[in-house]
Amino acid sequence: MSEPGGTIFIEGGRVIDPASGVDGVRTVVVRDGAVAEVAERLERPRDARVLDARGKWVTPGFVDLHVHLREPGQEYKETVATGARAAVAGGFTSVVAMPNTAPPNDNASVTELVLSRAAAAGLARVYPVGCISRAQKGEELAEYGELRASGCVAVSDDGRPVVSSALMRRALEYARAFGIPVAVHEEDLLLVGKGVMNEGAASTRMGLKGVPAQAEDVMVMRDLALAELTGGRLHVQHVSTEGSVRAIREARGRGVRVTAEATPHHLALTDEDLARAGYDTDYKMNPPLRSERDVRAVREGLADGTLDAIATDHAPHSEVEKRLEFDAAANGIVGLETAFAVCLAVARQGAFPEKRLVEALTIGPARAFGLPGGTLARGAAADVAVLDPGLEWRCDPAAFHSKGRNTPWKGARMIGRCTQALVGGRLVHDLGGAR
Amino acid sequence: MIGRHRHCIALEDFSREEIVEVLDLAVSMKEVLRRPLKKVPTLRGKMVVTLFFETSTRTRSSFETAAKILSADTLSWTSATSSVTKGETLIDTARNLEAMRPDVLVIRHSASGAPDLVARNVACAVVNAGDGAHEHPTQGLLDCFTLRERLGELRGKTVAIVGDISHSRVARSDLHALSRLGARVRLCGPPTMIPMGVEKLGATVHHDLKTAVEGADAVVMLRIQHERIGDPLIPGTREYSKLWGLNVKKAQDWLVPSCVILHPGPINRGVELAPEVADGPRSVILDQVENGVAVRMAILYLLAGGPPVEVSAPEKAKA
Amino acid sequence: MGERASMNADAVQRTVRRMAREIAERAGAERADLAIVGIRTGGVHLAGRLRAEIAAATGREPPFGTLDIALYRDDLAERGSAPVVGPTDVRFSVQGKTIVLVDDVLYTGRTVRAALDEIVDFGRPRRVWLAVLVDRGGRELPIAADFAGTRIDVPEGEDVVVRLREGGADEDAVVIRARRAT
Repeated sequence: MSEPGGTIFIEGGRVIDPASGVDGVRTVVVRDGAVAEVAERLERPRDARVLDARGKWVTPGFVDLHVHLREPGQEYKETVATGARAAVAGGFTSVVAMPNTAPPNDNASVTELVLSRAAAAGLARVYPVGCISRAQKGEELAEYGELRASGCVAVSDDGRPVVSSALMRRALEYARAFGIPVAVHEEDLLLVGKGVMNEGAASTRMGLKGVPAQAEDVMVMRDLALAELTGGRLHVQHVSTEGSVRAIREARGRGVRVTAEATPHHLALTDEDLARAGYDTDYKMNPPLRSERDVRAVREGLADGTLDAIATDHAPHSEVEKRLEFDAAANGIVGLETAFAVCLAVARQGAFPEKRLVEALTIGPARAFGLPGGTLARGAAADVAVLDPGLEWRCDPAAFHSKGRNTPWKGARMIGRCTQALVGGRLVHDLGGAR
Repeated sequence: MIGRHRHCIALEDFSREEIVEVLDLAVSMKEVLRRPLKKVPTLRGKMVVTLFFETSTRTRSSFETAAKILSADTLSWTSATSSVTKGETLIDTARNLEAMRPDVLVIRHSASGAPDLVARNVACAVVNAGDGAHEHPTQGLLDCFTLRERLGELRGKTVAIVGDISHSRVARSDLHALSRLGARVRLCGPPTMIPMGVEKLGATVHHDLKTAVEGADAVVMLRIQHERIGDPLIPGTREYSKLWGLNVKKAQDWLVPSCVILHPGPINRGVELAPEVADGPRSVILDQVENGVAVRMAILYLLAGGPPVEVSAPEKAKA
Repeated sequence: MGERASMNADAVQRTVRRMAREIAERAGAERADLAIVGIRTGGVHLAGRLRAEIAAATGREPPFGTLDIALYRDDLAERGSAPVVGPTDVRFSVQGKTIVLVDDVLYTGRTVRAALDEIVDFGRPRRVWLAVLVDRGGRELPIAADFAGTRIDVPEGEDVVVRLREGGADEDAVVIRARRAT
């Protein structure tokens, strides 16, 4: 079933394609790497290849705007190949790779390296992101022209905020020339100080230094104002607070060009979950898990369209970085292989409709970054995810395709999983009878 | 064991009964301290290892004295550097020390949660001698012991804790223990030093020293450190001392005659506490030191007395 | 209940009085240096009564103390949890005194061994005598009572229990009953 030129009939599944407005049982025909047809009843040749999707969802392959593939420089944590494999296992056929590698991606060679590794792996499509500033130092602009030409789809200094408002202004202006968004990691470093978790009753009880929600809000508000000033395209990464959501909603309403994303964990977990888990560093990430109020606001923001996309911020680390006292452990958790189950559970709690969930994983992110994909319209590339929304499985980090094992859902009972994924019509993931 | 606990890490997890068990036992231990021969053979052949990542002569000596009075062997290990800078992780250090077959590992570390991490990776009992701003359980217990000695039953009594609550593990341990014992706790300090959500732990918050200490049965003064760089919480010690320090006049005018004054030490004389007050009739600071040894003897007895622990595969379960 | 009486109230009272006289007599000229120390918990009330009887017999009340031997036990390694430690209260100087250690029942001798170790940590007595109400045999250490109220043979699996009014019993008694699991 892996021949690029083959024809595949994906039958019996509930096709959910918000981009085309389709939600119902359809047959999807894939031919020569593209979506040939999506229809209710189709005549199929007897020798046609069939993918039985009865009882499952058939959606455009998911698009993740925020992953850390760690290559070049930190291949012990993850490589483009292992990350791309983890992606398709989670239903993600396109991922956007952050530039905080070693060396950071502020030039064509690193961009080309990432692209060539992705091509060699032949799994998920990888769209590299270049740095906002040279070496992510926050002082000078990187060469957006070169980055764009070599294949970057956006710029970001993710992992760090852009401290200088002046530089942020120029970045938004300069990026306009190349039609790319500036994706921002928002935190006021002085307010954050040595904080390691959300500031609140939980951090007080645990005796851990807290980060107030407003440390994120003030930077979001600053950058919304600068986006308004410059007419640039702002993309706010991993939104986690009520204040951020409110500011983005208000700015969008006024016509500011802003898009935004939220992670599965910021939709699902609170700082109290961290406290309950004890000093478990698999609950440590930046931005940290927030209060119930913040989680409610982020869910509402996703539901009402203030937030465009769910993006995992997949951040693999090794035991060396994580099996330490909480203060010393690195920030971040993996997310590609758990995102669907986690977000589906949130949707089932009533936070947003299933259709909205799919939209935020497909056309929402694709549009935010102007990427192809995120749709099963006729002629679109055949990037397809087949998911079983009722499949129960136990999250076993040792079985991850990712090299990272750092997840708060270790050992948890999950419901919902990607069973097959196609990229350009090729079957790149097939759960089969293995689990 | 202390009740259900294999370790002594956080008073937040202790029940009233478990705290009272330790206090009652400490009474007997204190009697041993008063004997001409300050030694009992109880923990003969047991090994108590102190692993201090933060320097503290007084607390370490207190634990070592407690161990020696009980005839246990002691080993002291200090490390001024953290996991990251030295290259050897906390878990590795603790596992290496396990080779000495300790029965009890006493740990002080600047990172909250460090004793917890160690307890999940060693087979012996773990005592938290202070972890970051989280807890200092033996201090909380010795403060309760001292208060009980002076005030009797603590239910319904009012205790004020004054100082940088946000950075204080002593304040948290005191708060948990006193709440379990039914006392009313008032926290007092400038707004910058009161941590978010602390009312949820059962205390009332005051920014005015007078209202905090008026009518209180006891006052716990905490040490103030002024960090000039980074995130300064107060303009300086001068203004702090004026508004939140306890001098003779304030003590005489505001405190009821039977009110006792505690301080975990070391005291910043003249900043939070005037020397005359620290040495005055209401002060029980020296009692705290003696009671600290008794309480630590009780903890070591409860955790180390009993069958020897096998050094097998580290237990994953949280005690 | 399954217990059988061994001594009634009258017998207990007469025996204690007799023991007090014997102690006073044997102390002789040194009776002024007598001190009574009860071993917790069974020996405390008995020691108190002996002290009163000695006071009546000699016209002088000897100093009184109690010993809790938990911190001196030899079986800590076998027990599941650390035994409860009660208060030890010895406020007088033991130096040069004739200490009368008092317990209700003498059996294996291990309690007395611990009490001896503890009392000599307080100083150097002139001598230590052991006074018990009941010696039931079954020694596991070379310990003997200097003054025994009575000697009873008790089969394995049974216990001797001494009840005194001071301890809350209706009346003094010594009974034998089946051993209860601790």
